[in-house]
Amino acid sequence: MAFTLNLNGETREVDAEAGTPLLWVIRDELKLTGTKFGCGVASCGACTVHLDGQPARSCQTYVDDAEGIEITTIEAMAENKIGAAVQQAWVELDVVQCGYCQSGQIMSAVGLLSENPKPTADDIDNYMYGNACRCATYQRIRAGIQRAAEILEA
Amino acid sequence: MTTDTSRRGFLKGTAAVGAVLFIGARPDGAMAASGEPTMLTPFVRIDADGAVTAIVKHIEFGQGPATGLTTLIAEELGLRMDQISYDFAPSNPQVYNNLLFGPFQGTGGSTAMANSFMQYRQAGAAARAVLIEAAAQAWGVEASELDIVDGQITGAGNEAPLGDFVASAATLEVPSEPTLKTPDQWRLIGDASVRRKDSAIKGNGTAVFGMDLHLPNQMIAMIKRPDQLGATVLSFDDSGAQGVKGFIRAATLPNQAGVAVYAENTWAAIQARDAVTVEWDLSNAESRSSDEIKAEIMAALDAPAEYNVNKTDGAATEAKLAEAATVVEETFYFPLLAHAPMEPMNCTIEQTADGKIVLHDGAQIPTGPHMAFAQIFQLPMEQIEIKTLLTGGSFGRRATPEADYQVEAALAFVMTDRSRPMKLVWTREDDIRGGYYRPAFGHKVRVGLDGDGQIIAWDHRIAGQPIMKGTPFEQMVVQDGVDHSSVEGASDTPYQIPGAHFGLTDVKKATNILWWRAVGHTHTAYVMEVMMEKAAKAAGIDPLDFRLAYLTGGPDQERKAGVLRLAAEKAGWGNAPAGRAQGLAVHKSFGSYVAEVVEVSGTPEDGVRVEKVTCAVDCGVPVNPDVIKAQMEGGAGYGIGHAMRDHITLTDGAPDQYNFPDYEPLRITDIGAIDVHIVQSMEPPTGVGEPATPPSAPALANAIAAASGTAQVASLPMDDAGVRFV
Repeated sequence: MAFTLNLNGETREVDAEAGTPLLWVIRDELKLTGTKFGCGVASCGACTVHLDGQPARSCQTYVDDAEGIEITTIEAMAENKIGAAVQQAWVELDVVQCGYCQSGQIMSAVGLLSENPKPTADDIDNYMYGNACRCATYQRIRAGIQRAAEILEA
Repeated sequence: MTTDTSRRGFLKGTAAVGAVLFIGARPDGAMAASGEPTMLTPFVRIDADGAVTAIVKHIEFGQGPATGLTTLIAEELGLRMDQISYDFAPSNPQVYNNLLFGPFQGTGGSTAMANSFMQYRQAGAAARAVLIEAAAQAWGVEASELDIVDGQITGAGNEAPLGDFVASAATLEVPSEPTLKTPDQWRLIGDASVRRKDSAIKGNGTAVFGMDLHLPNQMIAMIKRPDQLGATVLSFDDSGAQGVKGFIRAATLPNQAGVAVYAENTWAAIQARDAVTVEWDLSNAESRSSDEIKAEIMAALDAPAEYNVNKTDGAATEAKLAEAATVVEETFYFPLLAHAPMEPMNCTIEQTADGKIVLHDGAQIPTGPHMAFAQIFQLPMEQIEIKTLLTGGSFGRRATPEADYQVEAALAFVMTDRSRPMKLVWTREDDIRGGYYRPAFGHKVRVGLDGDGQIIAWDHRIAGQPIMKGTPFEQMVVQDGVDHSSVEGASDTPYQIPGAHFGLTDVKKATNILWWRAVGHTHTAYVMEVMMEKAAKAAGIDPLDFRLAYLTGGPDQERKAGVLRLAAEKAGWGNAPAGRAQGLAVHKSFGSYVAEVVEVSGTPEDGVRVEKVTCAVDCGVPVNPDVIKAQMEGGAGYGIGHAMRDHITLTDGAPDQYNFPDYEPLRITDIGAIDVHIVQSMEPPTGVGEPATPPSAPALANAIAAASGTAQVASLPMDDAGVRFV
């Protein structure tokens, strides 16, 4: 079936079966591979994208339901003021290790800072709980979000 | 073999950009310079425009070699870190072998920096020597008058970018022993402000992991696997998959281990695989439950040991135990564990127009699939190329001796007409349920103390499935029947323990097993450090002082004592804030010494929270201090997370766990601050990827025991033993 998606500010026509998770449309059809496949059951957050600005698990979002929604992926985060600040903080603090979960971490971090410009460590923990990092970079994720908040405040 | 690199990206385009200088190994093994990539296998490439590329022979899965090996070249060559990039080396077991593994190219045992430290510095120094010599000849000055600073060759009133001299330098002989920078000249080695080379691409979605590769016209393959480990295919029915758009076909793997399902895209492959049904032959499959495996291991601990590990006098230890004032005894069990790296297993295979096979893979031991592919495809090694990609973690999983998932991909690929590239994709369920687990182990220890609380006997029985026996690594680690990976960290402890006796019994299982971040140390450190704590308590001596009493007599003991003192000092040992309790542990693994003090709040009944971890590490020369800190942070978290609540259990030979909801990763809410301190050292650098994991779980166990006054959990995971975490 043909679907019309609004992805990273562009209109994209895709051919996919009804019920296909948005994750696989983004990765396999649109070839934007920054959004990762980690578990397929919304338990790790590696596939996090923004739907109308809100973080969502693309592995549990059907392409059918994604029409008419602004979809944003990690590839467009540099153009987002908060996204750019988070990416800058991530590089300053070398948050990443293997890096496979970090697109999802950054998408969630941007979601948090959009709602809460000065999150406490507890705010961060509660918001980021669903984003797993098997390298356990959590301490730097916490520091990265607080550094991004500083950058945005400056 | 040495010419089998000419298709690599870092060797392409020499004509387009002018002269290039390669520094690498000639076929006779000597370090040499050349302008022709066919003459040697390079460690560094320098273009006429000044671009410098380090050829990194180790895989990057977060532990930092892309930064570390690049640092070594940049240090010797006089570059800033922003003046050098990296590319991954192709498979070449002659030149890119791990110098600690023999003729195997591979990453493991926390050896990337340890085995590369001299080699990559020498390559950088050789490049510096020929570039300076070329400049000296051009300017008519002495080489000794020149230096390279920030990529500029300077001295004797001259200055030019090093790229100006690549053509002439490529014709020069490399000195047999190029002069290395001395530690007082180091600018980058030891500089905590050096940043990772792979941060930006991993934060903006441009990093290409194996899973991200899209070759034109590629298809996806997934394998329908049995529930029972080791079952084989009798027959299958793919009629249900026929209706899945994008399904191509299904076929039984030549080794009957599963059914390959081919599809146009990943989602079609997932759906089609779900719709295929298989009748399995269980005659050679694992049929036992993990409770039976555990019972067998525990029974082995009470039978006479198969091996006397250190050939010590067990009767003498028994006699000392009989005369001890106090005997402290405990029996431990460690369950099967999955590695569960964030990126599930995958790789892509293509056949080129000239009949070569190319494997695109996050290959941890490239030599493994390289040799296996030569056999499967009946091709000489030179006709097989391995392109190494970034990899989303491993923790040991990507380094199976038999190259399991790459071979699986090859078997699926040979059943196609090879006209299309094929990407094999595992799901998380394939990963959690696919075997290759950290083996289950049991320990039984009796420690005898005299009336003064001094250890006079230590009887230590270990039983479990040996990891290395029957693998290509057997020769390196098995001596007189003892698989060292079963006892490492216990029988070779730096603690000077009188009356120690170690017995080992192999328990052989059909379940396939594998090394898991820190291998044998994952259980031995727990046992050693919990027993030291219990013995200290029984002796009425502070656990820090008690341990230090057995850490005298040599540099090995001094270094272990050093990290213990440093961690205790930085943690404020003995002065925990109100409502908190501390536990400590120290362990040497892979040549590095790590001590950790874990601080917890709460109680096992009401819920324990890990508030803080203070860590001290001595890993010799700290090449990239911030990478070392990151590995300590992550290594501690990995150990603590699994000790809290992870295990693989089997029912009738089938794993009970499926995905992250029942193999729950450490979450950000689970762990507070991690404070890392690095010992300044001039010893040769040793590993950092694994050594923070072993002491983390026993430090947590000791902290919980201190918080509650109860005994340490002896059978992991802790939540199974009634410890709640909040």
